This record gives sequence, C-alpha cells and structure tokens, in this order.
Amino acid sequence: MSSRPLEPKDPGLSFGGGARAVLPLTIAVAGFGISYGVLARSAGFPPLAAVVMSATTFAGSAQFASASILEGGGAVASAVTAAVLLNARYGPIGVTVAPVIEGGFWRRFLIAQLVVDESWAIAHRGDGRFDLRRLIGAGLVLYAAWTSSTAVGALGGEFLGDPNVLGLDAAFPALFLALLWPQLRNARAIAAALLGAGIASTLIPVAPPGVPIVAASVACLVGLRR
Amino acid sequence: MTAAWVVVVIVGLATMAIKAIGPVFLGGRPLPGRVQAVVGLLAPALLAALVVTSVLAAGRDLVLDERLIGIAAAVVALLLRAPILVVVVVAAAATAVARAVV
Repeated sequence: MSSRPLEPKDPGLSFGGGARAVLPLTIAVAGFGISYGVLARSAGFPPLAAVVMSATTFAGSAQFASASILEGGGAVASAVTAAVLLNARYGPIGVTVAPVIEGGFWRRFLIAQLVVDESWAIAHRGDGRFDLRRLIGAGLVLYAAWTSSTAVGALGGEFLGDPNVLGLDAAFPALFLALLWPQLRNARAIAAALLGAGIASTLIPVAPPGVPIVAASVACLVGLRR
Repeated sequence: MTAAWVVVVIVGLATMAIKAIGPVFLGGRPLPGRVQAVVGLLAPALLAALVVTSVLAAGRDLVLDERLIGIAAAVVALLLRAPILVVVVVAAAATAVARAVV
C-alpha cells in the first residue's frame, strides 16, 4: 500500500484493496473488541447484549464510553448521551461519503452502517472524494473483526490482558495521521487540518468526549474562501 | 429489560440513524461545487481532530503519555516514506516499548 493518493485505475481501488488496507488495523480492532466484551460483562451486559451492540452500534469509542458509565454506577441517560455525542461525528462523515453511495433506500442505509472512522479514512482518495468499493471492503473486514472479537471477550476473555500494553491504542492515531499526511499538499487542506486540530484540542478539557471532534468539522468552512 | 439492554437498543438505533442521514438523504448525487469545496475539507479537519483526540484525550483530560512517543515515531516513519502498515506498527511498538520502560 502506498501513502500517495490513489489513481483511478489503481488495483487498490477495489473491495479487496480496501480489505487488505485495513488488515493491519484489524489486529488492533480485535484487541479492543475483546477488551470491550470483557468490560461489557463487568458492566452487567449479558454476552448477547454486548455482541448485539457491536453489531448494531459498531462504533468502539461510544461502546466503551457507555459500558464504563454503567460499570461505574452511572445512569442509563448518561450512558446514552455520552454514546450519542461520541457518534455525532458520523453525521458530517456520512455527508462526505454520500455522493458515492447510490441505490435504493435500504442499500444506502446498509452501506452507511459500514462507515466507521477507519473504513472512512481508508476509502478517502484525497481532495474530498471517496471510493465505494474500498469503503465496503474495509468496512466488512472491520465489522467481522469487531463483532467476533466482542463475542470472544464477552464469553470469557478475562485471561487476556490490556491491549494498551501492546501499544494498540497508538495504532489508531497513527493510521489517521498516515491517511491525513498525503492530503497536506495544498494550503486549504493544511489550514483545515490545523484549525480542526486546534478546535479539538481546545475543547477536550471543557466539552464532553465526542464534542471536540464534531466541533472540528467547522474547520472545513475555510473552503468558502476564494 | 435491564439497563444494559436499554442502552444497547437506544444507542444502536440512534447510531444507525446518525450514520444513515447523509447517505440516505444525499446519497448518489454529486454535491454542488461550492458545497463540495467545503465538504472536501471535512476529511482533513476530522482526521486531524481524530489524531489529536486519540493521542491527547483521556476522557475529559488532556494528557501527555506514551501515545505521544508512538505518534512521534509515526511522524518519523512518514518522513521516511514508510508504507501505512509500517507506520501503524512502528507507532504501536514505540508506545509499547515506552510503557514497558517507564
């Protein structure tokens, strides 16, 4: 896989290309899926509930947040609010991929469910355009890894340790940075990235988790300058 | 129904709806030029925000921990034009080593 933007005829622009691109991440995703399953059990989730949540919500940070709130004795309303705030970024993210998602209502609805940070980032071709086949290929691999590893953790992964010991938590920012890197070629993209990073880091200490990322989408308005 | 199932159902339905809004209502149509110019910059803005929050945030706290060493190693790998797989592995390995040493 190359870190330069992909050309239209690149063989990487396929279901298999997306699946291969996301494969290294699946190790990290599976590690966190197992630890989510373990956390959900200790938060009082039946194993089936943990797996159903991974299969329907399919968004790691929101699932971790809501399970830890319940585990710490928090209210259902706080758990739901935290998860919804964390997933609010999928509103703007969904708008960016919408032009390539064609077909009837259910097809569009189902493909939209495969959008997570990692599949979205891998499907991005630079200059704001996305490749549908890479999105689906990467999304399906991540979906399979996330739900099956949740089941492993929920059904008895207690013996497995903390994935952070292996540094797996650093794999995600590294992926996002690696996918951002080739886009930093024009002044507007650099301005949007710096502004987005500035907004997010300023809001981390003052806003609930999730809000800093959503607020950073305002940075795209630098595109209005002629 | 237990608290866990209530959370599973509400968060699941809400997340599926949030993810579907853009593709269901705007799906399959190119965005107008001016809108595309703005939406095209959502990717760098959101990716940068994801980098910052996944390196610096611990809940509501800004923290400097071993993840910074991982992302610094990732920057070095990117400057050396390493492929993405190598960048990701280097970041995880550097973070793991830093945690083991500290």
